[in-house]
Amino acid sequence: MEIAISIITVLMIIGALYAIHARDLLSAVIACGIVGYGLVICFLLLKAPDLAIVQIVVETITLIIMVAVVLDSSREEKFSKPDGQGYISIITSILLIVVLFYFFKLSVETLDAFGSGSLRMAAPYIEGATDKTGSANLVTGVVFDFRGYDTMGEATVLVTAVLGVLTILRIKGKK
Amino acid sequence: MKGMTVIVKKTTQLIAGMVFLYGMYVIVHGHLTPGGGFAGGVIMAGSFILLILAFGSDFMHLTKEESGTTMYENLATLVVIFLAASGLLLGTRIFFLNWFPKGTLGQLVSAGMLPLYNVFVGIEVASSILTIFLALVIFKEEISE
Repeated sequence: MEIAISIITVLMIIGALYAIHARDLLSAVIACGIVGYGLVICFLLLKAPDLAIVQIVVETITLIIMVAVVLDSSREEKFSKPDGQGYISIITSILLIVVLFYFFKLSVETLDAFGSGSLRMAAPYIEGATDKTGSANLVTGVVFDFRGYDTMGEATVLVTAVLGVLTILRIKGKK
Repeated sequence: MKGMTVIVKKTTQLIAGMVFLYGMYVIVHGHLTPGGGFAGGVIMAGSFILLILAFGSDFMHLTKEESGTTMYENLATLVVIFLAASGLLLGTRIFFLNWFPKGTLGQLVSAGMLPLYNVFVGIEVASSILTIFLALVIFKEEISE
């Protein structure tokens, strides 16, 4: 399973890199789709069907909206050569990658093997959830019962996003 | 926005209801099978988005629909917060108290208040995704007029 996930992750990275450098914006959007659907397969391999369902539906709808936007505006990307500030950001990002990779290598050595062992907090959730919530689906039990605040926060974030969209995108004032 | 060809329109007529029903199924069975309010809500919004994209906003005469959907969204969020706070009315001091009877494990009506949360979060997610899409469509029509 590790090999399959590694291959899919490499494909996702290639898709993301292609999406940055593609001249045609429609193919860039479709390359973004590689990242999303690859993530779906990763979730399915890691036995997380709840996340996979949400990811596949949200990915499809955002892809549809982005394709509609690209078809409606221009398909050409305006490309400009990097100036002085561009070189500074390139150097900064390479430095960041090196530092992050170093700490990633340090932290990987202290972790358990992939897929084995769980966090200390997870054990009470997994053992007592079915009796405490009465829900056969453990994820729903955790999301709406133990972590109800988080779910309410997510719902409120969505409401705020819609309010922002309605406020910013409106050109004409309301009569 | 113009509609698509006859083939797309006929297929949409056949499929859109099924997609809507499947979204409702995912929401209602959220405490039994994978899925839940968020996934099912986005599927339900997807059926409406399919209809709008296939038939075009000219055919649907979309003018002010986004005010209706945003009302449903806000009402559903209000109901979720009220359900979460309803435990406080019983005298306990626990937010998100699951005070309904639990029922037997695996039945459709079980797990106390979790199905209710699922249903209202599903309505909220569906109407908010639809509101964003309708805002993108309707406000663009207003500009091009």
